[in-house]
Amino acid sequence: MSSNGFAGMLKLALVVGSLQLGSIGLAHADTTILNVSYDPTREFYKDFNAAFAEKWKADTGETVTIQTSHGGSGKQARSVIDGLPADVVTLALEADIDAIAAATGKIPADWKTRLENNSSPYTSTIVFLVRKGNPKGIKDWGDLVRDDIQVITPNPKTSGGARWNFLAAWAWARNANNGDDAKAQEYVTELFKHVPILDTGARGSTTTFVQRGLGDVLLAWENEAYLALEELGPGDFEIVTPSVSIKAEPPVALVDGNADSKGTRKVAEAYLHYLYSDVGQKLVAKHYYRPFKPQAAAAEDLARFADVKLITIDDFGGWKEAQPKFFADGGIFDQIYKPGR
Amino acid sequence: MASRSHTRWRFRQPSVIPGFGLALGVTLTWLVLIVLIPISGLFWRSSGLGWSNFIALAFDERTLNALAISFGTATIAAIVNLVFGVVLAWVLVRYRFPGKRVIDAMVDLPFALPTAVAGIALTTLYAPNGWIGSLLDPLGIKIAFTPAGIVVALVFVGLPFVVRTVQPVMEEIDREVEEAAATLGANRFQTITRVLLPGLLPAGLTGFALAFARGVGEYGSVIFIAGNLPYVSEIAPLLIVIRLEEFNYPAATAIAAVMLILSFTMLLVINMIQAWSRRRYGYGS
Amino acid sequence: MAHDISSASAAAPPSLVDAATSESRLARAVLTAVALGFVALFLLLPLTTVFIEAFRKGAGEFLAALADPETFSAIILTLTVAGIAVPLNLAFGVAAAWAIAKFEFKGKAFLTTLIDLPFSVSPVISGLVFVLLFGANSALGPLLQSYGLQILFAVPGLVLATVFVTFPFVARELIPLMQEQGTSDEEAALSLGATGWQTFWHVTLPNIKWGLLYGVLLCNARAMGEFGAVSVVSGHIRGQTNTMPLQVEILYNEYNFVAAFAVAALLALLALVTLVLKTALELRYSDEIAASRRH
Repeated sequence: MSSNGFAGMLKLALVVGSLQLGSIGLAHADTTILNVSYDPTREFYKDFNAAFAEKWKADTGETVTIQTSHGGSGKQARSVIDGLPADVVTLALEADIDAIAAATGKIPADWKTRLENNSSPYTSTIVFLVRKGNPKGIKDWGDLVRDDIQVITPNPKTSGGARWNFLAAWAWARNANNGDDAKAQEYVTELFKHVPILDTGARGSTTTFVQRGLGDVLLAWENEAYLALEELGPGDFEIVTPSVSIKAEPPVALVDGNADSKGTRKVAEAYLHYLYSDVGQKLVAKHYYRPFKPQAAAAEDLARFADVKLITIDDFGGWKEAQPKFFADGGIFDQIYKPGR
Repeated sequence: MASRSHTRWRFRQPSVIPGFGLALGVTLTWLVLIVLIPISGLFWRSSGLGWSNFIALAFDERTLNALAISFGTATIAAIVNLVFGVVLAWVLVRYRFPGKRVIDAMVDLPFALPTAVAGIALTTLYAPNGWIGSLLDPLGIKIAFTPAGIVVALVFVGLPFVVRTVQPVMEEIDREVEEAAATLGANRFQTITRVLLPGLLPAGLTGFALAFARGVGEYGSVIFIAGNLPYVSEIAPLLIVIRLEEFNYPAATAIAAVMLILSFTMLLVINMIQAWSRRRYGYGS
Repeated sequence: MAHDISSASAAAPPSLVDAATSESRLARAVLTAVALGFVALFLLLPLTTVFIEAFRKGAGEFLAALADPETFSAIILTLTVAGIAVPLNLAFGVAAAWAIAKFEFKGKAFLTTLIDLPFSVSPVISGLVFVLLFGANSALGPLLQSYGLQILFAVPGLVLATVFVTFPFVARELIPLMQEQGTSDEEAALSLGATGWQTFWHVTLPNIKWGLLYGVLLCNARAMGEFGAVSVVSGHIRGQTNTMPLQVEILYNEYNFVAAFAVAALLALLALVTLVLKTALELRYSDEIAASRRH
């Protein structure tokens, strides 16, 4: 009866669909580079990208647009392996960049030595975020395995930050037990019995702790803890720095293969070097990362960082050894989680 | 049907309706391009493993546990949806009440709302400090961050499947059948259980199967509300993601393949039951 | 084949006949209460939560969140992807329903199951299969790349994943409907000398148009809301390959809860508006719908 009317509707829908297609604008700047990064760096790179674009314009007269992509570190590495055309990667773990290098050959194996400080322009550490007034009196790692304590941390299998958490706990226990790894494993096993929820990412854990009110202590990157404090409720939470923690070194690298094929090597290299400049280092400290060159940072920013004994990944034999030992399928983390625990 | 199939085997029953070749051709082409080739890519990847590796990767204890959790919670959620979905559909088709059209429109919400949003909203509600969670917490009932939370999320994502498959069939029910049943002395309960429900069975089963299948694979909403503890509330899709984060593509594809085969078998069985019961009880053709 | 029961006649005033074909007042009340309670618990409350969170800081913040350039480009991208994926699946759905509902052939249940398959595939896997197919380590990906065709981490990948996920919606909506309607109308038209296409346009299409419209709306809603599969193939480039659901996740992870829920509310609103439209159309054309049922 009204098939014409209906056919008309169909046609309209098709036309609207194709109009939508046409409306995708192609607003390309002179040069575009893509920085594939992990979750907690968004705020920092937002500021840094603007600063770099300004400098690049002043130096060369070219307009550069920096696109960014954020997500879990491992997932981001996988996207690059599968063909995401990143010019630079700025990830949470050395192991993730190693994986890109090994799988694609787009990054040379010696990438880590190409920039200063093991290619880590900023570092961080693992701290505790507790509720206001620290009602449970949590001071150090040893308190976390008390009966009345629940600990929130993301899953080390899916979160780079959580691997640093895990190793920091291990480092403390090994230190406290005169280097006994078996004792350290006992402690960490006990610790994870106090973890009621394993979120897949660091930001998810923060939300669980802050918004849902679960757990007594959140294990977090120092920069994330400060950011949460600032964004989510200054005065509702406090940061506790443990006696021993780990020096978390998020590395950066040029993806040579992509940058060369796009002809962006020059600007991408300049971008990474700018991270080490005074401007870059100042921004690093402003966003709660520990700068490689403290002298470039503002004094009040530096004053926020408590002194803590920092173990490094080298004490675990480097990521090449620690990654398979602790976090591979069947590794120590998997052994901790056994059925009927 | 049965009598005709005695004559000789044929691919298709004769019909005066045209367009079979074109319609089936388009269907198969599209199916092959969009669904079968990508999925066979998955099987091809996991077949590179060899049998013993495949078995080892696909059926280790952790995987079996995750599969049990996924299939168990999906079954419970699909049953809940079947029961309440049929009631809801009946109410929407037969009764009048204020706001009926709004409710009717809202049934599709789970299709439209991104699963991650659903997960966050449900967690907000069912967490111990949420509206519902805070009511249940004093009673010692915990929903969020337990397997019960997974069921809640899966009920949400699966609900429209049952309602929307059952509803149109209910609308088509001929009231003369009910009148006839009443005339023959059946009370209302008997009419419903003996006459109406069997007729709704095919659609109900389809809805159940779809809700179940959707639930087994659901990821976005579940990870927010599940707690994700290995052996307790770790679902199979999360385990796939974990294997991928380990850059362990073979293990990921192996689990994916097992899930696909199980879901497919289930869907196939239910579609066959449905085809059979359509011939036995169904309306129309 | 008398289909004279429609929502219009179900809403007719009670009569003596109703006593035989309806439940007691008490049973009605209980069933209605159960159904509404279920809806409230599982649909209404989550939806309300989304809107409450979105407007927590007032309408100004809500609008400001949507006007953000990255969010705006996510909205455009989502409309684009749905605008391509839905018509494709519409064409497929009609063809599949025609083949399956109007004919008896071997392997029909198997074919139907294959069409359902994308429902049962975890979104994680739906994304993964396209990564395996078009990724840098596959045979196809680098080949297409050498012709300048970027599939993954670009619009084509997003469209493919969306088409995959929404694949069964139109077909699923039409198959039961067309099966219920049988083939007698078409046979009559053909015997009166109509061609196949004429029969389809003038007989079948008017019969199924409401189901078809409905399937398209659903397909569209799901296409715009898909998260898991799209997340795998997107690459998450800000302002470039983030669809609305991905933008929700990003904003949420930036602790920008108001903006995250504002985008979520917009998605829910888009869905509700299309559904209200559908309801309005049904009201406007209710006589016609009843007529099409009655033939």
